[in-house]
Amino acid sequence: MKPILVLVSVDSNSVLLGARQFLNYLREQIAEYNLSDTVDVLETGTMGVYTQGVVMAIFPDDVYYAVKDKEDVHKIVTEHLLKGREVLDLTLPKEKLKLFVETAPVSKETRIVLRNAGLIDPKSIDEYIARDGYFALQKVLTEMKPGDVIEVLKASGLRGRGGAGFPTGLKWEFTARASADQKYIVCNADEGEPGTFKDRLIMEGDPHSVVESMIIAGYATGATKGYIYIRGEYYGSVDNIRKAIQDAYEYGLLGKDILGSGFSFDLSVRLGAGAYVCGEETALLESIEGKSGRPRLKPPYPPTCGLFGKPTVINNVETLANVPPIILNGPDWFKSFGTENSPGTKVFCLVGDVVRRGIVEVPMGTSVRDLIYRFGGGLIGGKELYMVQTGGTAGTFVGVDKLDVQLDYDSFAKYGVSIGSGVILVMSEDVCPVDVALNTMEFFLHESCGKCTPCREGTRLAVQTLRRISKGRGKKEDLDTLRSIASVTQEASLCGLGQSITVPLTSIIDNFQKDFEDHIGAGSCPHGVCHFEKSRSKSKVRR
Amino acid sequence: MSKIKSLEDLMKIKEKAVKDLQLRDTNTRGKITVAMGTCGIAAGAKDTLKAIVDALNDFNITDISVVQSGCMGLCEVEPTVEVRLLDCEPIVYGHVTPENARRIVKLHIVENQIVSDLLVRKGEI
Repeated sequence: MKPILVLVSVDSNSVLLGARQFLNYLREQIAEYNLSDTVDVLETGTMGVYTQGVVMAIFPDDVYYAVKDKEDVHKIVTEHLLKGREVLDLTLPKEKLKLFVETAPVSKETRIVLRNAGLIDPKSIDEYIARDGYFALQKVLTEMKPGDVIEVLKASGLRGRGGAGFPTGLKWEFTARASADQKYIVCNADEGEPGTFKDRLIMEGDPHSVVESMIIAGYATGATKGYIYIRGEYYGSVDNIRKAIQDAYEYGLLGKDILGSGFSFDLSVRLGAGAYVCGEETALLESIEGKSGRPRLKPPYPPTCGLFGKPTVINNVETLANVPPIILNGPDWFKSFGTENSPGTKVFCLVGDVVRRGIVEVPMGTSVRDLIYRFGGGLIGGKELYMVQTGGTAGTFVGVDKLDVQLDYDSFAKYGVSIGSGVILVMSEDVCPVDVALNTMEFFLHESCGKCTPCREGTRLAVQTLRRISKGRGKKEDLDTLRSIASVTQEASLCGLGQSITVPLTSIIDNFQKDFEDHIGAGSCPHGVCHFEKSRSKSKVRR
Repeated sequence: MSKIKSLEDLMKIKEKAVKDLQLRDTNTRGKITVAMGTCGIAAGAKDTLKAIVDALNDFNITDISVVQSGCMGLCEVEPTVEVRLLDCEPIVYGHVTPENARRIVKLHIVENQIVSDLLVRKGEI
């Protein structure tokens, strides 16, 4: 062990900011100044902030730097590492970091899912074990029966973090009860919801937590094979998960007779090719089977008839990352966080016009206002908040009147604010709701797979209508047309994609009806965003 | 890598790896600051630093952090080391060669005695 340690965030967001170049340069500089004996450089996952640059932490000094270019790296090496002087203009205030934001006095210590991200070397299985990794697996295999595991999960009240919020214990129980010669565990890491990037950062920062809980899920349900379906663009996640699987095999934590218990489990990675619909569980299964990613007709549901027609558990990355701590600490500990019907924490992705874009993990039931102003630091440039989209592209659009709604899995039914995949997209007064609605629908039109008519044609019609409004050619009845498109598409579509377009569409029309009406018959966009075409009738008059 | 077959194997790996991680834990009983100005480095502060870390490891001490600083302004007695334990006056030692560094760790950190022959100053500089 060397006396000084530099941790560099090398998650995919930081890589785009130049983390790899900085890391190499840092290593070169350390060698050049002959510091190789005293300074260790390690890669780690996200530390939660990106807006300032690549985050580097120096231990044991406990100093955090945000690095923007090679010159900064040079400064840190020559000043801090060589001479021990803090480079004050590059330091990052600790309260801006995820690790500290969460322990703010008002909220409890809430790092469950991100317990290791930004702290351990994700490529080292030993460091994961040092943080109690694989102890949950050991406990499950030696002390618990499969039924006990499911009971613990059911008692914990853990619900699926992918968006739908289905109780995880129940899902596992369905599969455990189904009788078949082969069962499967699938991890849905095809994170396609625009604005969501929590799963990527979990996999990059703490891949073993996913691997471990998939083995636990296998034991609990009687499955012996698992697949992690990761979208192909997630290079960092793919690398780290593959390395994690390889190391787990070498330690005998995967493969035959795990920990001498007689239980065997195999795990491998499958890559997605960037289709939004493949995040839908049955389309994902089709894709793993080697067919094109089209959703299946439900029921039967995957827990009884899933991959290759066998019972299959499909869980989101974040859901799985919750499992080992629940096993180790018990369901009552887990229930001490969050709300009654939605225990635990949620990782939120703060995006849009917010000062501190990044991820935070907070207890369920945190209000939208707290997320934006307390954790996100408010709006950029002191602008006025106009609109927030919660829960991803398939989530709800709400105005400032709903800011105090506490987000959990019941908030959609009660107040019309969905938690979804945990995106908080903050929009200032500079955006136009009509333009946003058009963009959202264009996304769904592009991603609709075309298998069923209501979704294929419904999204097309919605886009046509919205485009008309945004060009100043809207009619009064257009809003009703949009509402009826939304309801028909929801009721008649085959899968979650078509069924979910109603949520953003109706919520934006209901909450911002005035903005839509202001577009109809007006001379220009009230927000100055949409480009109105000059209407023919007017040009005729001029002639 | 050998296969893990039992809880004991898992514990063994944990114990080994926990040490490396402790460096990142900032709850410490105190810290040893090694002055690493150019004067200190020229006088051998790097070897001193390494000796301190090794000695802490040998004694299995994990709650003391080792930090470097710039020159303390005591260039004539370099390499200098400051030991600052919680609720105690800081102690500055001079002429800390690697052997002396091991003595400081053994006597001051483990046995809580001040190494009087190396003492430069008690209290804040």
